[in-house]
Amino acid sequence: MTEIHTEPSSTGHVSLGKYVVGFALAMILTLVSFGIAIAGVTPKYIAVIGLVIAAVLQILVHLHYFLHLDRSKDNMWNMVSIVFTALIVLVFIAGTVWVIFTLNSRLM
Amino acid sequence: MSSAVHAPAAGGHEAGGHGAENKLFGFWIYLMSDLIIFAILFATFAVMSGNFAGGPGPKQLFEVPYLFLETLFLLVSSVTYGLAVISMQSGKQKAVLFRLAITFLLGLGFVVMELMEFAHLIEEGFGPDKSAYLSSFFTLVGTHGFHVSCGLLWMLFMIIQVVRKGLTAGVRSRLMRLSLFWHFLDIVWVGVFTFVYLVGLL
Repeated sequence: MTEIHTEPSSTGHVSLGKYVVGFALAMILTLVSFGIAIAGVTPKYIAVIGLVIAAVLQILVHLHYFLHLDRSKDNMWNMVSIVFTALIVLVFIAGTVWVIFTLNSRLM
Repeated sequence: MSSAVHAPAAGGHEAGGHGAENKLFGFWIYLMSDLIIFAILFATFAVMSGNFAGGPGPKQLFEVPYLFLETLFLLVSSVTYGLAVISMQSGKQKAVLFRLAITFLLGLGFVVMELMEFAHLIEEGFGPDKSAYLSSFFTLVGTHGFHVSCGLLWMLFMIIQVVRKGLTAGVRSRLMRLSLFWHFLDIVWVGVFTFVYLVGLL
């Protein structure tokens, strides 16, 4: 049912290998993010897009390798709730930014 | 015994097995609601991020190496917590304690660095009262830091519980929830160091 997302259901154990791979990927993505920030990539929007992609990938890496979230049946409700929450988060942040920044330009 | 509580195959039959699963899922739901709090703070920060009120912006305030070290502390602590969970599954109490202690110290390093940064900013006169940008910065980063501090306190209690009670079903169940909390905070930090610090430094 709401089986533990902190364990892969196939073995019932968190494995060392998974953490090592997760750490390596997270580390690489962190370095990429910091690299983009100090490399002075131009134009700026390209750098922002790069940072967003690296952040999203790193969040997915953390969810998969550290929180052991996957599409197995045991994880279904964890998955449903986080997808729903991600939608809400997107609406809050993107919606706020959209409304406020178009408001600014209309008032000018 | 070692894997009874959390192994799906045997978990349901063990005393507290179902309870532990339900508690873990309930805690997951709490984390989702916590995510909403952070979403609101991120949205607020996004709106305020250009309002410096004549005060300093991110380029004058932050340094990349300092931020990188802070990030490293939290990332490595996530991994060492994972190692503690692995030891817990094989019932190695001493290894659990050792790895929890390492995790605690790394987390403490993160919080201390953040507090030093805050103290430095306030000393320079760039406190939360300086501009809307700094207000939202302190609120967002401070809320995350407060969560990490609560996690540290929780970890301290768990270390004491492991020493006094051993790796009982209850202690394991709590360690698994703290695991979720700790990894979750690292995910929020990915958002913070990317959007608050690095995007600001571009």
